[in-house]
Amino acid sequence: MSTFLLPLVIGIAFGAALERAGLGDARKLTGQFYLRDLTVFKVMFSAIVTAMLGVFWLSYAGWIAPGALAMPETYLRPQIAGGLVFGAGFALAGLCPGTSCVAAASGRGDGLAVLLGLFAGVLASGMALPRFADFYDSDARGAWTLPSLFHLPPGLVVFAVVIVALAGFAAAERIERRA
Amino acid sequence: MKYSDPYLAGVALGLVLLGSFVFANRGLGASGAFAATATGTVAAVAPAYAEANPYFARYLARPGGPWREWLLVEIAGVAIGGFLSAALARRLTLKVERGRGVAVPARLATAFAGGGIMGAGAVLARGCTSGQALTGGALLSVGSWAFMLSAFAAGYLVAPAIRRSWQ
Repeated sequence: MSTFLLPLVIGIAFGAALERAGLGDARKLTGQFYLRDLTVFKVMFSAIVTAMLGVFWLSYAGWIAPGALAMPETYLRPQIAGGLVFGAGFALAGLCPGTSCVAAASGRGDGLAVLLGLFAGVLASGMALPRFADFYDSDARGAWTLPSLFHLPPGLVVFAVVIVALAGFAAAERIERRA
Repeated sequence: MKYSDPYLAGVALGLVLLGSFVFANRGLGASGAFAATATGTVAAVAPAYAEANPYFARYLARPGGPWREWLLVEIAGVAIGGFLSAALARRLTLKVERGRGVAVPARLATAFAGGGIMGAGAVLARGCTSGQALTGGALLSVGSWAFMLSAFAAGYLVAPAIRRSWQ
């Protein structure tokens, strides 16, 4: 049952948090790209910092066992290329995959169109994958983390991300006041 | 009703992600649900073709098959949660979000095209803003941070070209 109920409950909370933040609205979301409304940045980085600190302290306290969480594998060049393609589509669509579901569920037709486009894009790319499988699997770096990239202790990297986020929030507030 | 404070909503979202880490031993995602749906569709139409394709074969091999994929159930939850939250705040609406000078069909076409391009990017990057940026970002994965930075860089490059459509 937990294989069904757990993801459903987590998803409901995820969708509610996105909706309450206003991220089901493409007009609000695209404000990020025109520096009118930096809600996307503020929500994303508060979420990343919160979860990052939680994982760090819960691991330290032994509540999260070492190795319990699978570190995503890095394929550096395909992920940079994928990010560039994704970002271009993101600016056009005005919604990302998760927020398009919230937009559609709250009655927005553009959310439904993004959702259908995503389905078509993933379907076509999956079908084309054998043609670019070499690139897709290239530049594999395994479970590579920022602490090992910078040769710094994890605690210091966590601290640095918090500082960068706080500086980013201060900058975001200043940018919004000017807009 | 007004939207929540973005920092408060962000902390709430972070606690949902942390809860997923602690109780499900995994993070959030979204594009994986589309991958599972595409896999299930292809497998229903052409089972042998789906088995032979490395991308679809991976989702076919999951316990319970593509229609029981964890991320697909989670995304169904996202839609329910988004609907309930909008209903409670009296924000349910039937409209197409667009700029003033853009006709509805043009906005829908752009949205569909943007979704298609994002789908291709998410396949290549092995995830999207949820699975890579949020989840991998919180776990300090290098690939996830590289994805996040390049996605926003491309967004800022493309956005000025279509600025007019959002005014």
